[in-house]
Amino acid sequence: MKPKVAFFDFTSCEGCQLNKLNLENDLLDILKHIDLVEFREAMDDKADFYDIAFIEGSISSPSCVERIHDIRRRSKILVALGACAVNGGVNAMKNLHPIDEVRETVYKEDKYLFATLPAMAVSAIVKVDYEVHGCPMTQQDFLKLLIALVLGKEPPKYGSPVCVECKLNENECLYNRGMVCLGPITRGGCDAICPSFGQFCTGCRGLLDDPNLDGMLEVMTSHGISLDEAKKRMLLYNANEVQL
Amino acid sequence: MSRDLNIKVHHLTRVEGHGNIVVNMKDGVLEKAHLSIVEPPRFFEAMLKGRSFHEAAIITSRICGICSLGHQLTSLVTTEDALGLEISEQTRLLRKLLVHGATMQSNILHAYFLAAPDLLGAGSVFPLIATHKDVVLRALRMKRVANDIGDIVSGRAVHPITPVPGGFTRIPEKAELLEIKRKLLEETLPDGLETVKTMQALAGAIPQFERETEYISLKNADEYALYEGAIFSSDSGSIPVKDYLDVTNEFVVDHSTSKHARYNRNSYFVGALARWNNNHAQLGEEALAAAEAMGLKPNCYNPYMNTIAQVVEVVHCVVDSVRIIDTLIANGLKNEKPNQTPTRYGRGFGSNEVPRGILFHDYTYDNKGNIIQANCVIPTGQNLANIDNDMLKLVPEIINKSKEEITLNLEMLVRAYDPCISCSVHMLEVDFIE
Repeated sequence: MKPKVAFFDFTSCEGCQLNKLNLENDLLDILKHIDLVEFREAMDDKADFYDIAFIEGSISSPSCVERIHDIRRRSKILVALGACAVNGGVNAMKNLHPIDEVRETVYKEDKYLFATLPAMAVSAIVKVDYEVHGCPMTQQDFLKLLIALVLGKEPPKYGSPVCVECKLNENECLYNRGMVCLGPITRGGCDAICPSFGQFCTGCRGLLDDPNLDGMLEVMTSHGISLDEAKKRMLLYNANEVQL
Repeated sequence: MSRDLNIKVHHLTRVEGHGNIVVNMKDGVLEKAHLSIVEPPRFFEAMLKGRSFHEAAIITSRICGICSLGHQLTSLVTTEDALGLEISEQTRLLRKLLVHGATMQSNILHAYFLAAPDLLGAGSVFPLIATHKDVVLRALRMKRVANDIGDIVSGRAVHPITPVPGGFTRIPEKAELLEIKRKLLEETLPDGLETVKTMQALAGAIPQFERETEYISLKNADEYALYEGAIFSSDSGSIPVKDYLDVTNEFVVDHSTSKHARYNRNSYFVGALARWNNNHAQLGEEALAAAEAMGLKPNCYNPYMNTIAQVVEVVHCVVDSVRIIDTLIANGLKNEKPNQTPTRYGRGFGSNEVPRGILFHDYTYDNKGNIIQANCVIPTGQNLANIDNDMLKLVPEIINKSKEEITLNLEMLVRAYDPCISCSVHMLEVDFIE
């Protein structure tokens, strides 16, 4: 029996789903091994039960809370797909400002027209069985997890920082090139794609299990940016995780 | 005809983001026909407050996965305008190449995966793998090459890496560009012409409906405007980008978390069909031949034909990408560093055509290079009032059809606009409370 697989989007840009549709060379092979039963962005069908439910996006409104309960109840395995679902991602930056100010910023006098909550990880509301990190998630990460789940095996975990893969790629450290980078505290598994293309790590895969945040701030400030700026950089993808 | 009709399509499928279609008719009188936008707001404007000019484009590209390149480049143009950062001709050409790649991938995705199933009576592209495998493989092949442009020039097609204020963190190599050119000429151009034939065969299933409206796009004296230009209205002509607020006039309606827009009339149209109507004369012979083959004529007032205009643009982008690559290589690729030394601080404006229409960003920076105020107006938000107006005209015209047919016609209408709903509620007018 092929597993019944579904994709759901919550508060997000839907870029992780798009990355999946961008698996052009592998898409038809993948579809041979799963039974895709629900994927609103690309198809009309609906189903009652899912072996694997992939959740993209943060929980940020009362209707999101209701929907995720309903999906969890009908799912055997639930996977958080991408930074928004794993820890709130960039959405969580709104949590750094007073909620009424945030509402007024956008809707002014109509600020109570639409109900909103702080942007939360899926795991803040229901049990999450597995996580695919990144903004966007990488196609390879997603494939590795999907293959493991289809085979009934345990998916790989990434415990080392982005710096490890960056060194394996023989990149010159961006700090030596006058940039400020979050590689030392960020969970790897992305093949250090941003530093390899000359751009600093934004921390999109979330923090390591045991990151040295004080040490990171010291490194950043010793390379010429203010403590305030260093903290802001650290919060870009980790507003729900870092307490500074 | 005296008829009661209640249609509610909850979470419309095959569009980006969450929207519902609501139609109420009682005793033959149409009381309500609108697209209700229920996407949870994300409040990007509040997130941008205090953020450095190095981060603005990284953050705003996350408004939308499908249009991430469009947001990224418009954000960069806006920051460069605000901070007085000049860019090189090479940067401009590489950006135009990226715009072509992103337009191709998005238009192909919409035409084949989201719109075509309706024309074939299918619920998604997946059953078509069994019945029309060669067509699906062609679509995937075209999308792959379009995404190759993004992967090679910007590091990654979704949420690009290398485009930064003032330039690029990495310049592609000549061999990489030549490989793209080879694929475009050997694979994508023939595939594009086959796509035209496929659409020609399906054109009979496109609903016949017309409603003339105001068409707004960029216009550029030198070329079919996608990157840079001035605002152009089919009603009243040219407007500078810095006066975009006079055009968009956003307002809140209670059935949509995304604001609506209006200019000379009570709604206007943005997107491929607006670009076609305003700028078709600047397309090359290949694209014009494709339009003629598919029955798209200048000043087309059928919104369902937006998908056909997108296919015409795919042909244009393939041909023009080859021209850009030739120019880049003839000029000699230079390993330039991005120009990131501000010459002023203040307010800047940016506007580009993204696949779904004209996009505006507007930031004000403090003298440390941090954002104090931001405003962005998204294509889908600008189209929403026009979609509602189309529904109000369309429903009485098709009222004798079955409820299922009416619903399908309405769903197809909304899909024809290729709405990007999560985009439209992410960026709304902002006044930061200091």
